[in-house]
Amino acid sequence: MTSPNTNDRVVRVASGQGFWGDSLDAPRQQVEGGQVDYLMLDYLAEVTMSILQKQKERDPAMGYARDFLGAIESVLPAITDRGVRVIANAGGVNPQACARAVLDVAAKKGAAGKVKVGVVTGDDLLPRIDELLDGGHELRNMDTGEPLSVIRDRVLSANAYIGSTPIVEALARGANVVVTGRSTDTALTMAPLRHEFGWGAEDWDRLAAGIIAGHILECGAQCSGGNCLHDWRSIPDLANVGYPIAEARADGTFVITKHDNTGGRVSFHSVAEQLVYEMGDPNAYITPDVVADFTSIRLEEVGANRVRVHGITGKPATDKLKVSIAYRFGWKAVGTLVYSWPEAMDKAQVADRVLRERCDRLGLRFDEFLTEFVGVNSTHGPLAGAPSGDIPEVQLRVGVRGTDRASVERFTREIAPLVLNGPPSVTGFAGGRPKVEEIVAYWPALVDKTVVHTQVEVLS
Amino acid sequence: MSASVKVRLLDVAHARSGDKGDTANVGIIALESRWYEFLARHVTRDAVAAHFRGVITGDVVRFELPNLTALNFLLHGALGGGGTLSLKTDAQGKVYSTALLRMVVDVPADEAARLGLPTWTG
Repeated sequence: MTSPNTNDRVVRVASGQGFWGDSLDAPRQQVEGGQVDYLMLDYLAEVTMSILQKQKERDPAMGYARDFLGAIESVLPAITDRGVRVIANAGGVNPQACARAVLDVAAKKGAAGKVKVGVVTGDDLLPRIDELLDGGHELRNMDTGEPLSVIRDRVLSANAYIGSTPIVEALARGANVVVTGRSTDTALTMAPLRHEFGWGAEDWDRLAAGIIAGHILECGAQCSGGNCLHDWRSIPDLANVGYPIAEARADGTFVITKHDNTGGRVSFHSVAEQLVYEMGDPNAYITPDVVADFTSIRLEEVGANRVRVHGITGKPATDKLKVSIAYRFGWKAVGTLVYSWPEAMDKAQVADRVLRERCDRLGLRFDEFLTEFVGVNSTHGPLAGAPSGDIPEVQLRVGVRGTDRASVERFTREIAPLVLNGPPSVTGFAGGRPKVEEIVAYWPALVDKTVVHTQVEVLS
Repeated sequence: MSASVKVRLLDVAHARSGDKGDTANVGIIALESRWYEFLARHVTRDAVAAHFRGVITGDVVRFELPNLTALNFLLHGALGGGGTLSLKTDAQGKVYSTALLRMVVDVPADEAARLGLPTWTG
């Protein structure tokens, strides 16, 4: 590393996973399709932590994204032979177990000693909730203003969204795989740039650039042609869609691109669509590291599938961290039946009325009972207008939600009888009785940064 | 005074939407950069609130991103409780994007001609 901070040097961060359940092949394709320095894998959504917490309660060795082990195995040669480093929030509620499992994979593949796993912990606030509440931290719901004490006995998981600093530390200590729990999605991209370019913790414009690179990359191919409405018919070869890569420079500018010989498209429009995805106030995109200004972003097409991103500014970070809390809320079930021509819509509407009347007579109690007609109004509601003519078919989709499990359970037994004792021309019940699902709800809150203490360990 | 013509958002913009709790966000981006002027002037908070009346239960908030020739709208109370509570097919607000692009607005004919806006005849 001569002159590490001249602006000629390019660091390539590749995105290989946009959520838990994304393509199993993308991580390997990203490290084998061309030169990359870092592979970023995002596994966590808002509800994922509570699912993982339940798994950990059943088995203390679980509680992390198991798909990550397959991803590590598939990219192991790139890590050990070519120096690619992997950063993932796959640790869920058990980053240490995840890290040990990564080392087991390495050992099994004869790479023991070549993999150093950095583990970031301290985001898990579940064991500390009472201590925090006693200390005057009310963890009020950011949407409703209610204090957490209202649902304290139903809390399943509580994790602070942590920023890039502990990941940067793990990289500085030589980790070539870094596993975190609930770090922000954007920190996974920003941390290697801070590490490589030595950006300071108050270099707001560059930190904001790192966050925006992270926002563009965090949903995988959604910025490179996937789920892209703009001119969607002309986007080539989605079967072989290229996942995005950020080619970053020390000055905070970067180019979004993808490997040659892949499908999809990187354009002003594909990147702009991803930038507005899940956006709140664009003037203040708040993260643990910096408040980024999305109205400062300049996009410039500089070649085929190459978009240069520059001009980004940021403001000082706040003194809070967001906390993601999951709690038991109640029960729900959704059932479907399909009605065919002729008069499909009328038949489905009658079936809905019959079902509702039977539920009423049974005295079932729900907080919500929602009917949708798939093919007619399930996506745009009344904006779609009335169906034109005698439509070929429609799916009746009925859902209930409530706190009385027995009512929801009984509802699931009232769908199938309609096949024989309701309106005619009905089919599509082969999946059987709908499943009763426990609802784990999301409680967003803020906590003072000073009470969250992250730790970094490097295992080998 | 010139007569007015109708312009459908689908013909002048593309969009993506997502969720945060019970709020959907819809970002719309001009198909041609010169059409951002039209979006900024005519796709107002009130017009979008009227478009989604009876569909969402909360307020609409609007932000401008002239740098991306884009507008961002927050639609509160759009997702039947949001996240895991929602019973809706579109619990995560993924297709509010195209629901907004259904919107048709009246534009003075001379403005539509000056900007080369495609007009909508229904």
